[in-house]
Amino acid sequence: MYQFTIEPMFGSQNWELAGYNIAFTNSALWMLITTVVLGVFVWGGTKRQLVPGRWQMAVETFTGFVDNMLEANVGKAGRKYVPYVFSLFMFILFANLLGLLPLGVVGLHPFTFTSHFTITGVLAAISFSIVLIVGFWKHGFHFFSLFVPHGTPLPMIPAIFLIELVSFAVRPFSLALRLFVAMMAGHVLLEVLSSFVIDGTNAGVGFAALVGLPSFLLMIGICALEILVAGIQAYVFALLTSLYINDAENLH
Amino acid sequence: MPQIAQLADTYSSQIFWLLVFFGIVFFVVGRGMVPKVMDTVSQRDSQIAADLAAAEAARAQADEEEEAWRKRENENRAAAQALIAKAKAEAAAASEKKLGAAQKRLDTKLAKAEAEIAEARTSALAEVEDVAAEAARDIVQRLAGASVTAASAKKAVKEALNHG
Repeated sequence: MYQFTIEPMFGSQNWELAGYNIAFTNSALWMLITTVVLGVFVWGGTKRQLVPGRWQMAVETFTGFVDNMLEANVGKAGRKYVPYVFSLFMFILFANLLGLLPLGVVGLHPFTFTSHFTITGVLAAISFSIVLIVGFWKHGFHFFSLFVPHGTPLPMIPAIFLIELVSFAVRPFSLALRLFVAMMAGHVLLEVLSSFVIDGTNAGVGFAALVGLPSFLLMIGICALEILVAGIQAYVFALLTSLYINDAENLH
Repeated sequence: MPQIAQLADTYSSQIFWLLVFFGIVFFVVGRGMVPKVMDTVSQRDSQIAADLAAAEAARAQADEEEEAWRKRENENRAAAQALIAKAKAEAAAASEKKLGAAQKRLDTKLAKAEAEIAEARTSALAEVEDVAAEAARDIVQRLAGASVTAASAKKAVKEALNHG
């Protein structure tokens, strides 16, 4: 669990803003690294060449991917959300992938800030606020008709309304918890397996062959799986955000 | 679980720095760079579409020109064939005329020759008659000792000749 510990860095533990502590922690450092890496990556795609190079092609693949996702889920009106959903998707993706880097080999500790529900909760809250603001802005109180599906029998409306309202209200929590749990579980699993490898190897040749080696092989597979999960969770977060935005844009 | 154990101490800094860095990502990357990238993509798409349209138009024009050329070519060919047919007809008429004239000449020649032959034949026949009558008189005189007049001999010969 040590890998999830937040530590203030550069003696900043007493920084305060309006009475709140804003220490620059290892978590904030990895947000900074993610921001810089993401910025450099996308900046490399703004060369505006007619015939794109590899880098520009890669960036255009990502923007095109997000653009297509919004177009497919929201329609033409989805275009204006591309900057937000792109930022969200890439920020989470880069954070997940950077957190998986095996920097422990050279003595650095990568920190996956997406494994903290404080972070995923804020991101989910931003997405949910956008949905609420857009929904009430565009449809006013008519937005509540989202909770009454078409063709609901009249006597059922109060019950259905409540159920739909709860399922709607649960969205930010499911959004936040899904990403946090997936990232945390993956990292814990890797840590447990690596402790098997290290402890098994230290316990002697027999344990090394019986426990260490299979665990190590399993770890290789789990690592590949974690890279996949890093992408999938970022995708799911962005996809669900675009689905929720679709609800707000188009109601039913 | 540090996420819960440290929650009270760290939530404010976590939220603050997340808002700072995600804000930077959104405004610099999302609002600043992404539209440029997408603009480049759409520019390229429109360029490709324009190029394709231009190629399509050029092909249509080429088709049109080929059609016009073919039409012109067909007209020229038809004109040439008409010219040939005319020349052929003229040549045929001329040769027919020539042939007709030659035929006429030949016919007159032939008629003349036939007349000459007929004349020659009649004169020859008369001569034969004369000779036969003379011979008959001679034969009668020698065998019967009777002299026959030339006119009666001639009559007898004519009769014999006519009976074949």
